Amino acid sequence: MSTAMPETIPYDEALNLFEPVFGLEVHVEMGTNSKMFCGCPTAFGGEPNTQVCPVCLGLPGSMPVVNRTAVESTIRIGLALNCTIAEWCRFARKNYFYPDMPKDYQISQYDEPLCSNGYLDVTVATAEGPKVVRVEIERVHMEEDTGKLTHTGGATGRIHGADYSLVDYNRAGIPLIEIVTKPVAGAGHLVADVAKAYVAELRDLMRALGVSDVRMEEGSLRCDVNLSLNKPGSPMGTRSETKNVNSLRSVERAVRSEVERQSALLTAGGRVVQETRHFHEDIGRSTSGRSKEQAEDYRYFPEPDLVPIAPSAVWIDELRSTLPELPSAKRSRLEAEWGITPFELATVVNAGALDLVEETIEAGVESAAARKWWTGELLRSANDQGIELADLPVTPAHIARVEALVADGSLNDKLARQVFEGVIAGEGDVDEVIASRGLAVVSDDTALLAAIDEALVAQPDVAEKIRSGKVQAAGAIVGAVMKSTRGQADAAKVRALLLERLGVTDA
Amino acid sequence: MTAITRAEVAHLATLARLDLTETELDHYAQQLDVILQSVARVSEIATADIPATSHPLPLENVFRDDIARPCLDRAEVLAAAPAHEDDRFRVPRILDEEV
Repeated sequence: MSTAMPETIPYDEALNLFEPVFGLEVHVEMGTNSKMFCGCPTAFGGEPNTQVCPVCLGLPGSMPVVNRTAVESTIRIGLALNCTIAEWCRFARKNYFYPDMPKDYQISQYDEPLCSNGYLDVTVATAEGPKVVRVEIERVHMEEDTGKLTHTGGATGRIHGADYSLVDYNRAGIPLIEIVTKPVAGAGHLVADVAKAYVAELRDLMRALGVSDVRMEEGSLRCDVNLSLNKPGSPMGTRSETKNVNSLRSVERAVRSEVERQSALLTAGGRVVQETRHFHEDIGRSTSGRSKEQAEDYRYFPEPDLVPIAPSAVWIDELRSTLPELPSAKRSRLEAEWGITPFELATVVNAGALDLVEETIEAGVESAAARKWWTGELLRSANDQGIELADLPVTPAHIARVEALVADGSLNDKLARQVFEGVIAGEGDVDEVIASRGLAVVSDDTALLAAIDEALVAQPDVAEKIRSGKVQAAGAIVGAVMKSTRGQADAAKVRALLLERLGVTDA
Repeated sequence: MTAITRAEVAHLATLARLDLTETELDHYAQQLDVILQSVARVSEIATADIPATSHPLPLENVFRDDIARPCLDRAEVLAAAPAHEDDRFRVPRILDEEV
């Protein structure tokens, strides 16, 4: 056939022709101290195979014991997602032959998830303003993470063409929560935005609950994206499952690229194959993996080494009472309290500065100033160092102190920045940095006048211009004075003194 | 009536990555059939008032506190493996499969 069929149809055009249905499976690594079934530590980035024991290595005779905190975290997630908590449930063995699990099975949950039938409301921006979409949750269950494989040899480092693989089992056995949505239909052109907003909302929820730090770049939140298209009024189409979707941007891109690919296939009279696809962050699209039609056969059966979990109503109520204010409620409250738009709040949230800004405001700082410091100067500094804002040595109390000194005229904005620079460099608290760096607004008129005279002598032509009434030329002299006082003067005051000195009035 | 067919045994062997000969398939199919038929006799005793169980002891909610404990010595762990490299376990290449 010589007529080339397009491989993709542009996103919006595709969604004029088809209705999308998506579903997401999100895996979140819990931030527990120890693994799901053994006492090995869970810290990220350890030397290979130093966080292993007989249980997570699957050595003969070893027996798993369930981590209570991981169960509690799962129940709290279930409650926050409006789920029903099972009165009784069991773990199951998922049998598969792959070296990322040394036991040749993964302990998971199968037909008895701990939490089921919940929902999460997410907000997406549209041309008509914010729109709330309810994403229904099918289940939330517990399992253990797998080890990390490195494929060696071959050209690409991927499996195909690899000569052999190397395995690090540090990650094997870390508590993993799988959150599965029901199919979400009716999102239309917003489908990519809704999928992304859902994952972002889940991430914020996990952080608010304190169950995971959710560092996506470290793989502590990973998504599989299911997507199908159907003609309006037709039944749901065949879906593909895209794995390795490990950033918010990729969730959006994975949905978009599948919409574009499947719509082209269907329009050309082809059919979508039910398959697993692999998303590649670098190129922003997926490639075909194994076909689902060679049916997966995991031979699940109840895990005989573990006893059932039967959370009592009392225990569930106790856990419910530990739920914090949830992110959506908190956002609405803060928008109102701080008098800011959802967009301005999003800037704070995206900077990871919500709690810090809140504490700073509680410490007596104006909302605008608190937001300015955390999402400006301090965020830049944290980014430069590759650390989180919360890990900077600057505290809300430091900002409150600096702002008080700015308010009483002891510091100006430029000096305030130098103070934070000093605090970040470990030179002490605000007052110590001011003392050791000699940072204070020069308010001594005699000293300022001396500096002004010096600048006038150095730039006689500018002095003449000002005298002749060209007041706008004063900037050059003010700048020189600010420079000679190392920014420690109040520019407005210097200007006033200068004009007075030359007997010129401000036009 | 057999409890397990030869084809089912062949399928299980594939899942377990066991390369069985035709003779072995016959042999194991017969053996497994005897085992399954014996186990099936237990089901005859079980009546509606005896619920199925996955565990012999009537226990629930057995947990451990979330406390990190010392791990195994890596050199010792790797020494027990057939092959290792760069402080990792070395395993044969995996074809046509990606998890």
